[in-house]
Amino acid sequence: MLYKSVTESFNEFIIDRNDATCIRCKVCVRQCAYEVHAYEATADALTEDNTLCIGCRRCSALCPTGAITIRSNEEVFKRNESWSNAHIRNLYAQADTGGILLAAMGNPAKYPIYWDHMLLDASQVTNPSIDPLREPMELRTYLGKKPHSIEVVRDEQTGKPKLATKLTPQIKMEYPFIFSAMSYGALNLNAHKAMAMAAKELGTLYNTGEGGLHRDLYQYGSNVMVQVASGRFGVSEAYLNAGVAIEIKVGQGAKPGIGGHLPGEKVNDQISETRMIPAGADAISPAPHHDIYSIEDLRQLIFALKEATNYTKPVSVKIAAVHHVAAIASGVARAGADIITIDGFRGGTGAAPQVIRDNVGIPMELALAAVDARLRDEGIRNQVSIVVGGGVRSSGDAIKAIALGADAINMGTSTLLALGCTLCQRCYTGKCPWGITTNTPYLAKRLNPELGAERLVNLVHAWGHEMKEILGGMGLNALESLRGNRYKLRALGLTEKDMNILGVMPAGE
Amino acid sequence: MKRIYMIEDVCIGCHLCEVACITEHSQSKNPVKAFLHEENRPISRCTVEEWDGGVVSFSTTCRHCDEPDCLRACISGAIQKNDSGVVRIDTEQCVGCWSCVMACPYGAVQRNLKKKKANKCDLCPDRTSPACVDACPNRALVYKEGSQK
Repeated sequence: MLYKSVTESFNEFIIDRNDATCIRCKVCVRQCAYEVHAYEATADALTEDNTLCIGCRRCSALCPTGAITIRSNEEVFKRNESWSNAHIRNLYAQADTGGILLAAMGNPAKYPIYWDHMLLDASQVTNPSIDPLREPMELRTYLGKKPHSIEVVRDEQTGKPKLATKLTPQIKMEYPFIFSAMSYGALNLNAHKAMAMAAKELGTLYNTGEGGLHRDLYQYGSNVMVQVASGRFGVSEAYLNAGVAIEIKVGQGAKPGIGGHLPGEKVNDQISETRMIPAGADAISPAPHHDIYSIEDLRQLIFALKEATNYTKPVSVKIAAVHHVAAIASGVARAGADIITIDGFRGGTGAAPQVIRDNVGIPMELALAAVDARLRDEGIRNQVSIVVGGGVRSSGDAIKAIALGADAINMGTSTLLALGCTLCQRCYTGKCPWGITTNTPYLAKRLNPELGAERLVNLVHAWGHEMKEILGGMGLNALESLRGNRYKLRALGLTEKDMNILGVMPAGE
Repeated sequence: MKRIYMIEDVCIGCHLCEVACITEHSQSKNPVKAFLHEENRPISRCTVEEWDGGVVSFSTTCRHCDEPDCLRACISGAIQKNDSGVVRIDTEQCVGCWSCVMACPYGAVQRNLKKKKANKCDLCPDRTSPACVDACPNRALVYKEGSQK
């Protein structure tokens, strides 16, 4: 194409416009954040520049007559089992620019998905199943350190049993789901409002991510987990005390070992105020916490945060699922964390080097099983709750995670999808056509927080209903009865070693 | 009475409310036919106003005032307020003097220059909620009980 480089001309998507049904309303022109569509007044026709299309489908979704179809460009390079189209495209892009390729969202590469190789049990004849529409079912989840033993005494006044053991702080959640840490800056205020409102209505938590908590959202404090990451953005005494829990972010599943970089263009006045950095300045989170080089250092930070909040908030430590995750988790538990959050390699990001996203880390399923088993073996499983994220796509995946030993699930990508995301994986451009990962006022309006909150509430309700059905089918009436109960899982098509790590028997055994 | 309210903060400036309004007031009520095949395409009763490259936008539409200035200004009695409070225009009676256009403080009465008739929101008598409200993809238009302000 004229004025386009050869590489640009190998476009990924093609826009099919049906001229017989195009009414020239120009909704596509207005809605495309990448300026693909244009209206030629003299010819009264709409044109498109396919090389700019990222395949987000905003135009086709909003076209009132369904005149637009986005399809992948069938014109491909010669078939080659070694050099995929993606490899060729990426290589061209790097030959053009000489830079690191950026990517967003979770690892999309074709690695095994262990959820799809595990099946759940159900009751038949010898043990009765339960009808969740008739019987009470409990999904309530408590996060926090549990004591080794409890002492119950008789209350002299009421005559009823009373817990004598003093518990460390616990978070009560009506559903085992947390809207995952996605910072204010990476996501805009509308997205954060939607998550906070939904968490409040659901009686669960929303994690602020590393970008601080906007002053308008302090009112949702009882449903907020605040995050402290290596950049320490927006961290103050008020911030630490604003929520019901604090999370120290050490790593992220999409980019283990890598820090964060919010480009200055995204740092507007409100983000600047919330993050406590100058407007327009890049917000760089270092790869390591410069005050954490050992488990002992981590312990110091955990207890510094506990001191700052007068031991009223559980502290979570979030780590990416990497090779020695079980040993690291054991160290984290011994360092005094109340919650360990494990983020698998399918966990999302707003921006990460593509080579890291696609090649670093391990699946959350294996990491979770390994951590749960290790902590049990060491007799310290009760000292921490385990929250997992990165690749939970449905209530089926979520309940399998619970059976593998998770206490709660972080919903990241699923949260974004419910808010309208179509996984175009271009969050790092700051031009999100769905108004989620953009701070451009014109685009950010596209996410109506009220509508977003409703959709998040609907999603969690739907997953909750499904989980209750599954539990009932297994003859269980509380999620607590399934936690870490791997006997309810069977593996299909896995190797002996995989099954050993997962602690799951093969189907039929 | 129920009125249409616009929520400026979440209006995305897509103009689908206008498309829906034109479609609803066409003969076929089908967007493709209304825009491409029918003669005398209606004009939209709602108008999306935009400033600052679309950063600020909202859809303006008739407030169905308690004491409508357009009704008072109408020289032919074409504009009437019915029992439920809806202000409608009888195009048969309209003489195209544009007095109502001048009188409306909200700029919510349009001129159909082709037909020489004034045009205004009728709250879609054939629908349970107005077409613009149903077409808005971001709930920036809400149909609910409330005052004209």
